[in-house]
Amino acid sequence: MNLVMKPVRRKLDMRNGRVDLSHGSGGRAMAQLVSDIFHEAFDNDWLRRNDDQASLDAPAGRLVMTTDGYVVSPLFFPGGDIGSLSVHGTINDIAMAGATPKYLSASFIIEEGFALAELQRIAQSMGEASRAAGVPIVTGDTKVVERGKADGVFISTAGVGVLPDGLSLSSDKARPGDAVLVSGSMGDHGVAIMSRRENLEFGVEILSDSAALHGLTASMIAVAGGALRVMRDPTRGGLAAALNEIAHQSNVGFAIAEDMIPVKPQVAAACEFLGLDPLYVANEGKLMAICAPESAETLLGVMRAHPLGRDAALIGHVVEDERNFVEMTTHFGGGRIVDWLSGEQLPRIC
Amino acid sequence: MCLAIPAQVTELLDDNMARIDMGGVSKAICIALVEDVEVGDFVVVHVGYALSKIDAEEAERTLTLLREVAAMETPS
Amino acid sequence: MKYVDEYRDPKLAKGVAATIAAEVDPGRTYRFMEFCGGHTHAISRYGVEDMLPKNVAMIHGPGCPVCVLPVGRIDDAIRLASDPRVTLCTYADLMRVPASRGTSLLKARAAGADIRMVYSTLDALRIAEAEPDREVVFLAIGFETTTPPTALAIKQAKTMGLPNFSVFCNHVLTPVAMRAILAGESGEATRLDGLVGPAHVSTVIGARPYEFVASDYVKPVVISGFEPLDVMQSILMLIRQINGGRCAIENQYVRAVTSDGNARAQKEMAEVFDLRESFEWRGLGLVPHSALRLSDAFAAFDAERRFDIHTVAAADNPACECGAILRGAKKPTDCRLFGSLCTPETPMGSCMVSSEGSCAAHYVYGRFRDRSRARIERAAS
Repeated sequence: MNLVMKPVRRKLDMRNGRVDLSHGSGGRAMAQLVSDIFHEAFDNDWLRRNDDQASLDAPAGRLVMTTDGYVVSPLFFPGGDIGSLSVHGTINDIAMAGATPKYLSASFIIEEGFALAELQRIAQSMGEASRAAGVPIVTGDTKVVERGKADGVFISTAGVGVLPDGLSLSSDKARPGDAVLVSGSMGDHGVAIMSRRENLEFGVEILSDSAALHGLTASMIAVAGGALRVMRDPTRGGLAAALNEIAHQSNVGFAIAEDMIPVKPQVAAACEFLGLDPLYVANEGKLMAICAPESAETLLGVMRAHPLGRDAALIGHVVEDERNFVEMTTHFGGGRIVDWLSGEQLPRIC
Repeated sequence: MCLAIPAQVTELLDDNMARIDMGGVSKAICIALVEDVEVGDFVVVHVGYALSKIDAEEAERTLTLLREVAAMETPS
Repeated sequence: MKYVDEYRDPKLAKGVAATIAAEVDPGRTYRFMEFCGGHTHAISRYGVEDMLPKNVAMIHGPGCPVCVLPVGRIDDAIRLASDPRVTLCTYADLMRVPASRGTSLLKARAAGADIRMVYSTLDALRIAEAEPDREVVFLAIGFETTTPPTALAIKQAKTMGLPNFSVFCNHVLTPVAMRAILAGESGEATRLDGLVGPAHVSTVIGARPYEFVASDYVKPVVISGFEPLDVMQSILMLIRQINGGRCAIENQYVRAVTSDGNARAQKEMAEVFDLRESFEWRGLGLVPHSALRLSDAFAAFDAERRFDIHTVAAADNPACECGAILRGAKKPTDCRLFGSLCTPETPMGSCMVSSEGSCAAHYVYGRFRDRSRARIERAAS
């Protein structure tokens, strides 16, 4: 007679199952969720140990750390999802400092009723992005909140990286005469998101440009690290926000040319449709770099040789301007400023 | 409130609607305000409605006039 | 983009600019008002004023329906939206318009009002159909470009027998507003030599309604397309009329505008709407016969009747110069509040509220020029 009974471990119903409050309670149900969905997708030695934390070898050099929150809606969009976006975005924050990203953490706040199939899709997507980038997700956390208290799922991340010796990029380092470079077309991500928003649905074949940029930045630093002043990935608020922030931090102005800024024709058309300016639309796989003018050509060459920088371009220069304006020569020939964004860029009907 | 864009009709739909394309962006809009719309026509679209057709000949005439005016004076 | 890119050609722009420079009479100034907010925005966004000679001044008119909507009507909209039964559908442009006591539709939404931004009346109808237990109110604004779509939506609601759909109507009329501006001319400061007529309003109403400008006020009008080259060509046409002593209504936007306009659209408007006795415009005050309300045949869809709305007029900030700016009597930089207390983030008056308002357009795109002017003035003093 078998007196030792072990409970039959039912598999999660990935097809029709939903997250419920027990999955956040710290008990068996949560352990199963974490293991079957997150560990399964991220799979690495740290997670297999099942600790609440990860023990990591402290790398030599200066540590760089970042944290980010992801609340994108819709969760799944052309070219990505909240999962891959969170991995790419966190890596990019580290990469913009010139640092090599080493480890990520991911914390999930999940709404009661969220479909397990979608959670699995998101986790798999994160796992793939993490592996492709070579940056493991070493620790995480899961919470479940009542229905209506979170929009499906929110993801919060942290990332750490290592800065090579001697490199010190910063927003206050731009100087008059410096060159302004971008790694590719502006506005792709924001348009891809908007094309799926309720009440704005329009058909367009634009994919989000969500991508990890640390390979690109590493190749740029290897060739001309000393000539780089600052790098920034123009996310919310677009290129305009990035330029205005740096103008204020460095107490300079910018002179740029609209014709030099790469914008895909469909992105331009979608912005035309909605009355938006591509300069204010978010990017998730592009960077802006400010460098000493004599290194611009070399850097452009290195960027264009990389798959994520094929359309890299020189768009203008830093100028002296105590009013910190970003002045732009328009395609048409006249001048205007590219000002800070006022509030959220709501699609203009007028 | 004048933001209106020129777009090409690519498909006629039911209920006085049509699919338009503008630079690769497509949307379904209402054509009830314009008569005799055909696939291939260009229309001016405002807040989801076509307001008028774009006359291709007149458009070309305008461009010709612009080119003539631009050529009149050599920029110094 | 066809019918767009050709009219933004920078080479043609240089050529047209040179011709304008060659043809202006250096002994006089030319003051033209572009009535339509869309033109104001295009001029600023493309830097068209940089391409014009110094003796040609563009005065920005009141053709921005967001800008001229009075505070009292936004207050009404907010009050409507605060009713828990109501879902208020609005064009996105209205979200940040300042109402009384520092409120706005955006702030009301943050406080829990069900306010939804829509691209089209069609979206509002769809919401009403999908959510039969919500009272869906569409906040209708706009000149004659936007009025026919509202008319069609109301007729559609009647055909569908949608009991939960209504419209809060704030549609206003262009020719009447033009007359109010022209009648307010009172000297050199407000002198206008000609008007650049609206593009898409004209596709609906045609060219005839502007004839009074030539006959009663002896000023030329050129109806202009929306793109910067259209605007420049129209300015040249106005200059030629003035130099030649002519005064006529001309149509530059021939590819989309006819003399008679869109008869079908006009018919729909006439069927669904009646003329109001008078209506208050932000910055212009009470203007008789300048706005529309739903006709009795469509009373069931009139939000003003359904919700018993009685608008209370609310005053603008006393230091606000919007009234003078809308009439072209003053420039944004003449207003004490411009750029300090009044900015796009903290708009005090109508001209700063929408990106088409004179002050907003100047602030967002053009205020970098003030520096050079200020430097010249300092050097001269």
